[in-house]
Amino acid sequence: MGNKSEIKLLGTAASPFANRVQFALNLKSMKYEYIEENLACKSELLIKSNPVHKKVPVLLHADKPPICESQIIVEYLDEIRPDLYQLLPSVSLDRANCRFWAAYIDNKFFPLYEELRQTLNKAGQEAIKEQMIEATQQLEEAFIKSSNGKTYFGGDQVGYLDVILGCFIRWTQHVDELNDFNKFDEVRILELAKWAKCIASHEALKSVTPGKETLESFFGLINIYRPPYK
Amino acid sequence: MADEVKLYGLDGSPFVCRVKIALNLKKIDYKFVVEDLRNKSADLLKYNPVHKKIPVLLHSGKPISESLVIIEYMDDAWKGAPLLPKDPYEKAQARFWAKFVDDKCIPIVFKAIVSHGEEKDLAEAHEQLQFLENQLNEGKKFFGGDDINLVDISATFIAYWVGAAEEALGLKLVSKDKYPKLTEWCDNYINCQAVKDGLPPREILLGFFKMWFATPNSFVYNEFLNKSS
Repeated sequence: MGNKSEIKLLGTAASPFANRVQFALNLKSMKYEYIEENLACKSELLIKSNPVHKKVPVLLHADKPPICESQIIVEYLDEIRPDLYQLLPSVSLDRANCRFWAAYIDNKFFPLYEELRQTLNKAGQEAIKEQMIEATQQLEEAFIKSSNGKTYFGGDQVGYLDVILGCFIRWTQHVDELNDFNKFDEVRILELAKWAKCIASHEALKSVTPGKETLESFFGLINIYRPPYK
Repeated sequence: MADEVKLYGLDGSPFVCRVKIALNLKKIDYKFVVEDLRNKSADLLKYNPVHKKIPVLLHSGKPISESLVIIEYMDDAWKGAPLLPKDPYEKAQARFWAKFVDDKCIPIVFKAIVSHGEEKDLAEAHEQLQFLENQLNEGKKFFGGDDINLVDISATFIAYWVGAAEEALGLKLVSKDKYPKLTEWCDNYINCQAVKDGLPPREILLGFFKMWFATPNSFVYNEFLNKSS
């Protein structure tokens, strides 16, 4: 991609969904202009660009209307530049498998973390942790099948599922620490635990992963707007 | 047979119906395997061990689950009527709206039906339906333009199930006054042959909704809430 400002990304440093898109852009060495949004005071550009959800990330590409939803953005980037670090596999069945697990990660796995944050009672928290253990077990099996003995879901190189799940490592680690939990327990899920360390240290992700202070400040914000209630 | 296609599902499920419509559009022959959700088959549990839900498509012995994932797979694997635009940008927009229907529109419309039109649910449902109404600008016959695409298929529940629920409940959610384009889209969509051939008979849906409103904690209600996807 030529001009840096041809691609603009509206995001928030602490948002794993925005990190996801940045991870993909970095892997593909696609230049982009990053615009930090203050979610407590959303810009007119964000609200105009994503009137349906009013959320980040939003991709603005050249003079086209905006593209929203991180998975959709990542697939779009892969389709316009498959020559630059292809993320989705070429075989239809493998692509379907990627999309299935991507849906699982976003619709089953990650929402458990939001639920945990909003649950104050101990019994409720324990029940959610049980579900998290089950979810990571599913992901461990998915990883073993997908990686086929290699380092990443994508094999020797980072693939679509590595990007989809990888962006959640830091965020979920933060919630784990607050709740005396370890979802990537090496005893329970050795392969995924190894993978998590690997992906977190990948330069394309590490460079956009938020620090502890950024996360703490963001969590402070969410606790005001969507406070715990259970 | 090498290319054999099987669809595991139930007639009353709008998510299974999506896949049937897609199969019809692509003119693919398939065997429909009826599942009893209270007594799921060994095959279903084998082919969708993660969610244990319908629909599941089996193609040459390989299973694919989640209706929108299945439809994208079908567009990848088979020629014939395209279910998604070719242009990556248009494709992204189609995926966005299909996801919107799935994640936002259907759940709140369903909730408004279940709560018998409770004010807050109705207001939220109308807010989401308005986004769909607005998408039909520029005289578009379908969300896909002149032809049906992924977005139209994803909204099958809105086109057909909602009407039956409205009649059973005596509640009007998608009225012609409020949604002139959406109601016209509903008519155009359900009268397409490929769609007609995939829809369950209306009397069955009416019967189901009438029975279900009488006993709202029934098993199928809970299955739907957890989304058969």
